[in-house]
Amino acid sequence: MSTSGQDVWVYVEHLKGQVAGHTYELLGKGREIAGALGGRLVAVLAGSEVQPLAGTLGVADSVLYVEDAGLAEFTPEGHGAVLRALAEKDLPRLMLFGATSAGMDLAALVSATMGIPLVVNCKEIVIEGDRVVVTSQMCGGKLLGEVETVGKMVALTVLPGAFPSQKGLSDQAPAVQKLLSPVLLDRLRMRVTRLLEPEAGDVDITRAPVLVAIGRGIQRQDNLPLAEELAGLLGGAVCASRPVIDQGWLPLTRQVGKSGMVVKPKFYLALGISGASEHVEGMKESELTIAVNSDPRAPIFDVADYGVAADMFDLLPTLIEELRARTPSPS
Amino acid sequence: MSPSGLLLLWVVSLIALGLFAFRVRYLVRLLGLGRGESRLGEVWRRLAAVAWEVLGQRRLLREPAGVLHFGIFWGFVVYASAFVFSLLKGLLPFLPYPMPEEIGPVALALDVFGVTVLAGIGGAAVRRYILRPPRLEQSRDAGVILLLIGSLMVTSLLSSGFHVVATGHASFLWNPVGTPLAALLVGYDLTPSAASSLRMAMWWAHMALVLGFLAYLPYSKHLHLLASSFSVFLTDLSPRGRLRPADADGGGPDPLNARNFTWRELLNPFACAECGRCDRVCPAHTSGAALSPQKMVHHIKEHLLGAGPYLMKGDPRNGHYPDLVGGVVSADELWACTTCYACMERCPVMNEHIPLIVRMRRYLVTRGEVDARLQDALTATSRYGNSFGQSPKTRARWTAGLEVPVKDIRREQAQYLWFVGDYASLDPAAREATRAAARVLHRADVSFGILYDGEQTSGNDIRRVGEEGLFEMLAEKNIATMRKCRFDKILTTDPHTYNALKHEYPEFGGTWPVVHYTELFDSLIDGERLRPARRLGIRATYHDPCYLGRYNGIYEAPRRVLRALGANLVEMPRNRLNAYCCGAGGGRIWMEEAPGVKERPAESRIREAAALNGVGTLVVACPKEITMFRDAAKTTGHEEGLVIKDLAELVEEATNPEVSGHA
Amino acid sequence: MNIVVLLSMVPDLVEELEIAPSGVALDTQWLRYLLSESDDHALEQALLLKERHGGRVVAMALDRGEAEEALYTALARGADEAVKLTGIPEEGLGKRAAAAVFGAVLKESPPDLILAGVQAIDDMDGHTAGALAGLLGLPYVGVTRSVDAPGAGKVLVQKEYPGGLAAEIEVDLPAVVGVLSAPQPPRYVPVARIREARKTKTISEREAPSVAVPEGPVIRRLFKPEPAERAEMLDGTPEEMAKQIVTILESRGLVR
Repeated sequence: MSTSGQDVWVYVEHLKGQVAGHTYELLGKGREIAGALGGRLVAVLAGSEVQPLAGTLGVADSVLYVEDAGLAEFTPEGHGAVLRALAEKDLPRLMLFGATSAGMDLAALVSATMGIPLVVNCKEIVIEGDRVVVTSQMCGGKLLGEVETVGKMVALTVLPGAFPSQKGLSDQAPAVQKLLSPVLLDRLRMRVTRLLEPEAGDVDITRAPVLVAIGRGIQRQDNLPLAEELAGLLGGAVCASRPVIDQGWLPLTRQVGKSGMVVKPKFYLALGISGASEHVEGMKESELTIAVNSDPRAPIFDVADYGVAADMFDLLPTLIEELRARTPSPS
Repeated sequence: MSPSGLLLLWVVSLIALGLFAFRVRYLVRLLGLGRGESRLGEVWRRLAAVAWEVLGQRRLLREPAGVLHFGIFWGFVVYASAFVFSLLKGLLPFLPYPMPEEIGPVALALDVFGVTVLAGIGGAAVRRYILRPPRLEQSRDAGVILLLIGSLMVTSLLSSGFHVVATGHASFLWNPVGTPLAALLVGYDLTPSAASSLRMAMWWAHMALVLGFLAYLPYSKHLHLLASSFSVFLTDLSPRGRLRPADADGGGPDPLNARNFTWRELLNPFACAECGRCDRVCPAHTSGAALSPQKMVHHIKEHLLGAGPYLMKGDPRNGHYPDLVGGVVSADELWACTTCYACMERCPVMNEHIPLIVRMRRYLVTRGEVDARLQDALTATSRYGNSFGQSPKTRARWTAGLEVPVKDIRREQAQYLWFVGDYASLDPAAREATRAAARVLHRADVSFGILYDGEQTSGNDIRRVGEEGLFEMLAEKNIATMRKCRFDKILTTDPHTYNALKHEYPEFGGTWPVVHYTELFDSLIDGERLRPARRLGIRATYHDPCYLGRYNGIYEAPRRVLRALGANLVEMPRNRLNAYCCGAGGGRIWMEEAPGVKERPAESRIREAAALNGVGTLVVACPKEITMFRDAAKTTGHEEGLVIKDLAELVEEATNPEVSGHA
Repeated sequence: MNIVVLLSMVPDLVEELEIAPSGVALDTQWLRYLLSESDDHALEQALLLKERHGGRVVAMALDRGEAEEALYTALARGADEAVKLTGIPEEGLGKRAAAAVFGAVLKESPPDLILAGVQAIDDMDGHTAGALAGLLGLPYVGVTRSVDAPGAGKVLVQKEYPGGLAAEIEVDLPAVVGVLSAPQPPRYVPVARIREARKTKTISEREAPSVAVPEGPVIRRLFKPEPAERAEMLDGTPEEMAKQIVTILESRGLVR
């Protein structure tokens, strides 16, 4: 056990037997920072019978694997207590979490109980001497803050997609240290009773090569057929941002974004979507993005490759006509 | 008449009258559940209304079928009068006058109207059962009445014929129908004494039918015979555009019930004759939405008759009778209304559909039961003073880059305070029209200023959506802002704004005179302060905005302006009083699409305009119409052939010395 | 069940955000504040619990921006009591400090359940709900889409995960829950009711206790993002733009 107070820890998020994609983003960035700090990169994996997952974490110098039946399902209390106990012993310099459902809970609890500073929604992390300086995103992406932290330990939550995941991938086998839980987990004050799967979707949008995405701009449910026709002509499927899903016009399985699916289609056509970061998180890796929005200042245009600042109801009918003209008559 | 006959007559009469009185008394007690309302002022105006609408049947005559009813109505008046005297004479034989039928002129009247009414009934039956016009309620009640009235006429005419045979007094003058009829009957070997008995039989039959009708009346839609005179006499004489303020609208845990309505509101369903005129002109109903003004009024009756007994006992929960709002009347029905006033304009008994709807909407709003889009619009209005959710600072952005100066009336005085309104200020589709209006005002040397970001929406449709509290807040704020300015009159391009400022704001202390820009342009052109520099040789049609036309009677000013510009004005079939609403009013422009709509009102109107030969321009005078009609033109495929222009834009084109002619 | 809902006011993004001359804070001249969206949902969730299971709902806010408006609205919506904590500095408190203040107040008479929005748009040094739970040593679950109380002494929450997945977690009371959304969106409150609340109800005020907060992160510079690679904007009539789009798709082999 190195006593170097310069280690970078990454909390490994996993669900249903798979490591979450953005954990690799954290590992990639963590590797870089650990180098800058002169410390080690440690991946912390907690769960039950998930040791095989450790094999994918080769970018780290070592993996702390905590095995306990009580950690089988993620609970902020259980995983938080374990993490805190480990951290209080090893005193890492920096703890990285995803700005995700699990990561947010953990980071808040760990930082409060340990009395260490926390910065959330980070897009960039830089080491300046003995300070960790981050760029934190606020106000739905309209504002950025360059934030400096002082102190021996810092926790950060990082926006998914802020860093490339390639840098976190490695086929090397890391050194795995298997531990029993440092805290008793028999008297947790919370327990997972069951997992709720979304209704078996008709379409798996993560597999569609083309996605026609609709946002608030679609205005009414009876305008959906327009999007569906377009998707059909393009050989793709219709998906949506949260406001449309919340209205109940499409099932949950069609939601793209932070709480929905992450998609990487060949072509993403965003119609009437403003481009809030929660949505963009789910589609920024699309190969080609064309956005249509009547507001020329909509943030979606920062992410799209091509943009049309016009009323989508002016554009869609004529686009559909153009495509119909080129598609051979349907069988 | 024999003593036993007399006794029988008395018994039957008392029973029938008793049943009638008993039932009417019960209905009056139900009306008594309602709250008080004063409707007795201006008696002469009220009597005039009765004269025109009841005696003159004015509204009824706007549909061809009204002629039928005119005949039936007057026939009824004559017969009812004769019946009263006839019954009294029958009950009290010693009365010093003969049976009415035996008086020459009366017999003549009875004969003539007998035939008239029969013709009317015949026509009505053909209309009801063969022609079957839309929205005419087919009810057993209606059939019964036709049969009853027909029978009454037949018995009366037969009686007249038998009378002639019995007395041998044939007179074409006094018995124009009875005499030829008698000639026919004589062919049946009728002896005078037999004829006399038959005549008596007819008399009895007639009396029995009338008494039976009397007892049946308060249970049928024919109660309108009694109630309609009251509903007309007690009509609302205040300006159409003024809704009565909220009061006791059920903010508590108890569901809305009859006690929340005024007695006049509860009178509506009893005055309703189920003629369906309101449905036929309702844009919500004809487009397929859930609302039927006729049914909605009927629902109130259902509620009153069903829940009334429990309410009278003091049960606040109506026993187990379904709730009025959410049970008998659905929220969809209530939200589908555009408040266009077509129903109230048409109703021959002067029923007041819109106040009923607004009262029930207020109840839904108090419970927070509004759809998501409407909630957004209300929240945005409450917070930012406009339904778009934009910062108040952007309200006057339409003036950016405008070549003419626009005064800030909070700092400088001017003759007109131009209250621009939400849509004219913030809707991109309306921006050009607003700017055009500003240029025209400047050209005509009109002194005006605007409130810039001090202006909030006038709240006309906020009130009609049922958010009284928000409306009050807006009115108070706007009036406070305007009080600090110095001006003579208020000007606006938006008819909804016009309506609120003119009719709703005085209650809050805002009593300035209000002018719509079409009126102002009309007078400027008339006074030659505005001179067209060219003639717009276009064939155009003009759409009457609901709040300018039906609500406020301004029809001719915009037309005069158009003609003065050299436009060739072609009227749509539904114009002026009959203009068909674009569908935006009553807050509908803020709501989700009404379920069931097959053709949106605006689309129907576009088709109507496009069907006019050679007309390429639809002229509007309300900023909401610009966006409503442009969208509808797109969705109906008439975008190329029909251009939507605001009157201000045309005036600008015609009066601007530099602009190239209208394409 | 006694529920306390924590309300926080955040900058209203309807206006363009301006950065103050100091460069480390927002220019407050035209800045308006509104209730944080997930706090709005937390209040709705609390009221739903009260409607279903009875109990009391107390709304609590730091005195900042238009907090009073939010508290009166909370009362109009059905909260039983509203508490305003005064003495907050002009520039507001960070989330960690806010959690400490709430913690000090709630420690005196801890409720059964504390609900707060799980996040806010001005979060920088943490999330209030989670930090509060950590400071009070209470169990915490965040990012919930529903909270129910099937039996005494516990709540059943649904925690959202990506992809529409959720975990149902039973939590012993007392606890803190960070609400993302309520099962139904916050209901509309008519203005008349809010005005009535202003006239007939009172907000209790108390001085925010001074708390010791460890040294936190410091903003060195506040700035607006530069649209680095903006989309190439297409031009022309809708027909022309449709043709351009199809050309782009053709060049990528996405359309034949």
